[in-house]
Amino acid sequence: MIGRNDLTLDRRAVVATLLDSSGLDSSGLNGPGDLLVVTSLGSTTYDAAAAGDRAQNFYLWGAMGGTAMIGLGLALAQPHRRVLVLSGDGDMLMGLGSLATIAAARAPNLAIAVLDNAAFGETGAQPSHTALGTDLAAVAAACGWGATATASSMAEVAALRPRLRSEPLFAVIRISPAEVPRHLPPRDGAYLADRFRRALGVPEA
Amino acid sequence: MTNPTWQADVFAVLKRARIAQVGYVPDAGHAHLIAAAHADPEISTTVLTTEEEGVALAAGAWLGGQRAVLLMQSSGVGNCINMLTLPINCRMPFLTLVTMRGEWGEFNPWQVPMGAATPAVLAAAGVHVQRADRADEAAETVGAAAAMAFASCVPVAVLFSQRLIGTKVF
Repeated sequence: MIGRNDLTLDRRAVVATLLDSSGLDSSGLNGPGDLLVVTSLGSTTYDAAAAGDRAQNFYLWGAMGGTAMIGLGLALAQPHRRVLVLSGDGDMLMGLGSLATIAAARAPNLAIAVLDNAAFGETGAQPSHTALGTDLAAVAAACGWGATATASSMAEVAALRPRLRSEPLFAVIRISPAEVPRHLPPRDGAYLADRFRRALGVPEA
Repeated sequence: MTNPTWQADVFAVLKRARIAQVGYVPDAGHAHLIAAAHADPEISTTVLTTEEEGVALAAGAWLGGQRAVLLMQSSGVGNCINMLTLPINCRMPFLTLVTMRGEWGEFNPWQVPMGAATPAVLAAAGVHVQRADRADEAAETVGAAAAMAFASCVPVAVLFSQRLIGTKVF
């Protein structure tokens, strides 16, 4: 169970660190700097946009609970690219079953990082289940994920950065529930999907 | 047990439509398709805990340049409704094959409400609904549905009637 006062990490700093590709090999399609990112609705989408909009980010503005499964479909379709799902505790809780589905599918190129503020931040900061006893990393391990981690300091976040780009890792990052200014990326889903597919160079249909 | 002949034809149609991912929540009426998908090394086959996972899986597949299909029974259609806003908002194709319960000779009353609501609920959510009642029209209907879904980038469901798949008896 997470005590809210224990949560100090700034979500923007966490996501900026995770998505920073400096110092990583971006030259090849399979390099750790070449990351396909799917973000869950709300603050996680804003965090990724604030870190720098890029065509290889697919931002959700809805479809709550589906972020991890979009990541799986993408990882299976692009087995030579790294896929990172950035989720929140509310989104991951709604898609809890997908932790079992993804563990069973064993996609080696897919990692999930959950930004856990122990609250439903978009709707009035009601305590979420992670404030009330659920340990998402333990759930993932029980579902069959071979590698799980929990981070609550920036040093631990920095250590996750290369792992999330090289392992099928499920990581929970405990962040502050403090609200940060909204940074809104485009919300036209057809535009975002088309832009993403063009950046990947996939066929029209 | 159902006669798998028409289901083999449906699988051949899915292959011709270049389906590369299959997500499913099991149903006896889909058993042949599920086994064929698992046996095909060119297809990634994913067992789901709930049907809406398959809608999201198909969206991810499309983002990555692959075509997917979701196999489910009518009881799972209700689970998908909010997630269907994903392919609709993103103008993505979506194809699902739904085995119907709660209609022809249903013995289980718990299947009846969702079965009866399935066509209207799908249509209300923005899904184009097609139906196969006879074995000789199943593969053709799936082929037309796949062509529409992937060429026009719209969600399409094919309902396999309970008369077609065989009434479940205990």
